[in-house]
Amino acid sequence: MRAYTPKDDVQKKSYYTDRFWVAPQVAKSEVSDDAVFAADLEAIKAKFDVLDAYIQVEQMVVVINANDNYAVLELLKNDREYTQLSEMSAIDWLAQEGKFEIFYQILSMAKRKRIRIKCKIDEKEAIQSVEKLFRSADWSEREMYDMFGVVVNNHPFMKRILMPEDWEGFPLRKTYPLQGDEFAAWYEVDRIFGKEAREIIGPENRDPARIDRYDTKRFSRLGHEVPFGADISQGEPDTPLVYQEQEGVFMIDKFDAEKSVVISDRHR
Amino acid sequence: MAQHQVNYLKDGGLPVALTTIDKVVNWGRSNSIWALTYGLACCGIEMMASGASRYDFDRFGTIFRASPRQAELMVVAGTLTKKHAEFIRRLYDQMTEPKWVISMGSCANTGGMFNTYATVQGVDRVIPVDLYLPGCAPRPETLQYAVMMLQQKIRKEPASRAQKPKRLM
Repeated sequence: MRAYTPKDDVQKKSYYTDRFWVAPQVAKSEVSDDAVFAADLEAIKAKFDVLDAYIQVEQMVVVINANDNYAVLELLKNDREYTQLSEMSAIDWLAQEGKFEIFYQILSMAKRKRIRIKCKIDEKEAIQSVEKLFRSADWSEREMYDMFGVVVNNHPFMKRILMPEDWEGFPLRKTYPLQGDEFAAWYEVDRIFGKEAREIIGPENRDPARIDRYDTKRFSRLGHEVPFGADISQGEPDTPLVYQEQEGVFMIDKFDAEKSVVISDRHR
Repeated sequence: MAQHQVNYLKDGGLPVALTTIDKVVNWGRSNSIWALTYGLACCGIEMMASGASRYDFDRFGTIFRASPRQAELMVVAGTLTKKHAEFIRRLYDQMTEPKWVISMGSCANTGGMFNTYATVQGVDRVIPVDLYLPGCAPRPETLQYAVMMLQQKIRKEPASRAQKPKRLM
């Protein structure tokens, strides 16, 4: 029998969730199936510990110790022709394992092969920068720090890249709420007007479906526009769409269909 | 006698127009609304289309300026992120009085579909807005209508007195 998991909150979610969904796993195969990858793996294994290695979707995945990340990538770049770092980032497994997974996606244009190097670090642990090897790691590592709070050692410019520099919290962590925490909710108010303006400006409206029929500060009905903040609980007058004031505008002639001329010869 | 009465308030054939200072000033203001280019997202494309030849904002006297010192209308076209909020406020403060703001599109009005930590939930949390323009994205005709509504609003305001400064708070 399937282990019981509480499903109380399913009704409260605004989106569809399939409670019986199981994350599909792409089939893995042995590294020895591919001669090129097998040779690369041998080269890594000769110098470093390899925790796991397999082929998935025609790419070799190698799990190594986090301390070896720079040396392994250096080996692959200089000796094994993997000259490009196409992508790198972190994955938040803090809830499941208490660790971040760091992955480096590298590409060899000569061999037409891709390898993914993976390693795991603790939440408070730092990782060695690979910016000296791959210039593309510069911004990727900054983004990793910005979004996950993974500190990178020996990085030339370890600052946030997407969020403001005085931001608190790391938005891509699973524990970070999508609509932001207390700090995020008041960020622009605190920054521009100061904390004392919070009461005057008020909290954000985070309910996109909120409609108040008689609220004339936030809502208006086309054809029934009234002044800002007017009381319409007794009904509101019709206001047909007009492009100009009824009495006309100073020094501007109003269009009159009677006086207009239809040009029959457009080349005249 | 009565046949030769002259209506002195009419021009009487002379090249003279009698009016009030308010109307003259407002006529000038409402027909030369120079807008600050503020395209933040896809609404900016519609704003650019409004300025280009097919929809032709120039005939309203609306000319896009790249400097807040030369602009009196700010069309906030697109998603305002929290990181950017302080800059929009600074640019708004740099605009000279009188100044107006059109909030263009759902994102600028309420945050729109971006109900997230990084988006300001409506630019009216940061700067005072005169006109909210619904749509995602509003078509250029909608922006034109908004400018015409703004012209009507300007004509209603007293021009001869100092404008009441708009304050968010």
